[in-house]
Amino acid sequence: MYDVAIIGGGVIGCAIARELSRFHIRTVLLERNAEVGFGTTKTNSGIIHAGHHDSADTLKGRLVVSGSLMFDQLAQELNFGFRRIGELVVARGDEEVGTLEKLKALGDEKGVPGLEIWDAKRLRREEPNLSHKLVAALHAPSAGVINPYEFAFALIESAVTNGLELLVDSPVLDIDAGKDRLTLHLPEGKTIEAGFVLNCAGVFSDKVAGMVGLEDFSIRPRKGEEYMLDKRLEGLVRRLVFPVPTKTSKGILVIPTFDGTIMVGPTAEDTDDRYDLATTYEGSEKVFGFIRDICPSITIKDTITEFAGLRAVSSTNDFVIGPTRVRGFINVAGIQSPGLTAAPAIAIHTREILQAEGLVMQPKDDFDPVVAGPPRFATLQTDEQKALVESDPLFGKIACRCELVTEAEIHHAIDHGARTLDGIKFRSRAGMGRCQGGFCTSRCMDILSERLEVPLEEVTKRGGDSWMVTPMQNEQHPPSTGEED
Amino acid sequence: MLGRVESSYDVVVVGGGPAGMAAALGARDSGCERVLILDREPEAGGILLQCIHSGFGLHYFKEELTGPEYAERFFERTLDHDIDILPDSYVSGVAIDSDGTKSVRVLNSERGLSTVQTRSVVLAMGCRERTRGSVRIPGTRPAGIMTAGLAQKLVNMRGLLPGRRVAILGSGDIGLIMARRLVLEGCDVAGVFELMPYSNGLTRNVVQCLDDFGIPLHLSTTVAYIDGRDRVERITVAPVDDTLAPIMGRSRDVECDTLLFSIGLIPENELSQSLGIELDVVTGGPLVSSTLETSMPGMFACGNVLHVHDLVDFVTQESLRAGRFAGEWAQGLRRPKDNIQLLPGDNVRYCVPHTLSPERDHTIYLRCKQAMAPCYIRVGNILEKKLRFVVPAEMIMLNLSPSLLEKFHGDSLRIDITEAGGKETS
Repeated sequence: MYDVAIIGGGVIGCAIARELSRFHIRTVLLERNAEVGFGTTKTNSGIIHAGHHDSADTLKGRLVVSGSLMFDQLAQELNFGFRRIGELVVARGDEEVGTLEKLKALGDEKGVPGLEIWDAKRLRREEPNLSHKLVAALHAPSAGVINPYEFAFALIESAVTNGLELLVDSPVLDIDAGKDRLTLHLPEGKTIEAGFVLNCAGVFSDKVAGMVGLEDFSIRPRKGEEYMLDKRLEGLVRRLVFPVPTKTSKGILVIPTFDGTIMVGPTAEDTDDRYDLATTYEGSEKVFGFIRDICPSITIKDTITEFAGLRAVSSTNDFVIGPTRVRGFINVAGIQSPGLTAAPAIAIHTREILQAEGLVMQPKDDFDPVVAGPPRFATLQTDEQKALVESDPLFGKIACRCELVTEAEIHHAIDHGARTLDGIKFRSRAGMGRCQGGFCTSRCMDILSERLEVPLEEVTKRGGDSWMVTPMQNEQHPPSTGEED
Repeated sequence: MLGRVESSYDVVVVGGGPAGMAAALGARDSGCERVLILDREPEAGGILLQCIHSGFGLHYFKEELTGPEYAERFFERTLDHDIDILPDSYVSGVAIDSDGTKSVRVLNSERGLSTVQTRSVVLAMGCRERTRGSVRIPGTRPAGIMTAGLAQKLVNMRGLLPGRRVAILGSGDIGLIMARRLVLEGCDVAGVFELMPYSNGLTRNVVQCLDDFGIPLHLSTTVAYIDGRDRVERITVAPVDDTLAPIMGRSRDVECDTLLFSIGLIPENELSQSLGIELDVVTGGPLVSSTLETSMPGMFACGNVLHVHDLVDFVTQESLRAGRFAGEWAQGLRRPKDNIQLLPGDNVRYCVPHTLSPERDHTIYLRCKQAMAPCYIRVGNILEKKLRFVVPAEMIMLNLSPSLLEKFHGDSLRIDITEAGGKETS
């Protein structure tokens, strides 16, 4: 019997898990995928908003500001990449300047620091590669970028270090609501009992609520396609660039990611398919057509990879956070943008709800807030690199030449939870570069196979049925690796 | 000697594939005593080691060898010629002193991070394959999408199949060879789909790998969509219009669990770029003089890092020359600077080298933009040759002798390929 069971290991579930791991309670997190952060989190734009986009009348509008302020300390403790690079909302014509002023007033009122309206001249000086047709911009210096998956990995590692139990490949199939506990049914007849259940199931959160008979909200996923551009364009734009927002979306953005690569997107298309992660011709036309007016030197030719993610948009168009009429069942649902920014604030808010609902929590004296974070050989000075190779010869073996990732870093990723090729890629960057894994995939597969003690046939891209290789039908061939029989 | 490294060399070669090994031999041939090959792989030989099919060496050895056999011959020669080879070594930079001495920064798990001094350097890092991202195919991103070269490595070096029912986009040579290889291993190959109206691979590979095995080649066709949640489940293929855009009204689905890409190769010049070496935007390789010297004095380039070749025999020939020039440079021989610019003209996509000098023999490599048959190839007004046909997939090699060039007094020579009058069928 657990005190709390968290359903869903996206960034929200992970942030709550870490917050709860500060206390003497027994918590389990159930993730349907092979690793945490593999759903919406992995495909997030990675923006830490300043907070002036959302009205203070909404829950998301309130939580975004407090969430944003927590990132400096979190990055220090958890060592994920985070940088406040600032953002610009740009006006494409005089008629949009009024909206900039409204946004500024909204932000000033909410306490967003340093908001400033730049005229065309100032904008040109600060961002010379943006379209010269832009007439003005609202500058918010506190907006930042992170790698959202690194954030999720660091949060879960911190939580596990402090006592969280993590179960991956564990989709919740059904829930029985009892008098003093909820029973969660997992595959193969396994069950989990908990006093409180936190529904952090993202695009599936209405389905999970439905398991206990709650139908007060529904989720309609809103798909966003993103396009990652070649490193050639690094430095073209230094700040996040937003158009003036519309009702359904913050628009199509230029995102200088934490690693320096520029990303453009996302689109915003409602979909009924909760697995619809396809990019489309229409999507790329929309993105690059739109971006042409913002930053003319960005063209589709520089795309190195593309992906799509689903925002968990609720029928209330706001976060759905709070207790329900089912005792112990608490929703933390409908977390769409700015959910990543709000995540740390959502975690605290959820913990307070649990306390208000009667869960007694004693803080741990020995809570360890620090996660060292992965080594990044490529970013180090020569002396530091030398020292690392001396300490571990695997730092002298390059696995991924495009991103200069060493074998030691691949092992580190596995030591810290990677179970799939995507898990290695998103932790170490191996396979993220120009050749997109052409050279390093087979080496990463070998290391995974050795470390997990499974044959290469069982190594997957991201769990489930995403196998990479299959044995030869023909018996005359040598075994697939030296180690196996 | 394998695994031996001294602190200084005459010539250091970056890359231990066919280009690197030949360059090292060329450097020894020029009289240099101390030559080192730095290879990032555990074993020298480069991509040849995964090319277990035959067809290598027909020009150079006048016999048909497999890739590993071809590599082994060169490997033996490098050892016989007392060339040092350090495998598992990644070159992360080259610093150049004011006197022209170069310090090559090497990362090796046993030796750590160290530097090797040398007079000249030959860049022979080879090339990499273009990926899905470079052609932009919408759809999902499941497992089962990989380059033909990775599939080749898995099948030939690991004895594992990339899937059971395979479609191949692009008719590059590796794709054609893998189509046959996978059929031989009992896979179902749904077809090879090529965007262009012609194959991008050698004619002999189309015949021997596809035609002989009844594998369909669909020209002017592309993959317009990839579908599948965890693993590829199907692709949508469509014929393309004159702008190479898919005609979706005529698309069809092909069930498969694997999609291989064989859509071209890109010289791997990250190191060259980090050194500030000037590149040719068309080849993706360094701009080189007639001695295959890059824009950085004493730094040479050859093989697929310079421009993508279709036959390893040509890589060998070019690299032997690059190695000799690098060796001469290391010994202090400075040739007069080139004074003739070589320019790609009508129906010429590129030519290498980029400049010539009138006082010696030259080998010029070039590719046409589109197929022509029959045609004339003209180098300025000094050379005219009639060719039965030219196709973009097959590199053209021209030899220019000093006797031809001594009549020439201009400062640039243009190469043109033009149709040889009359209506003929190809």
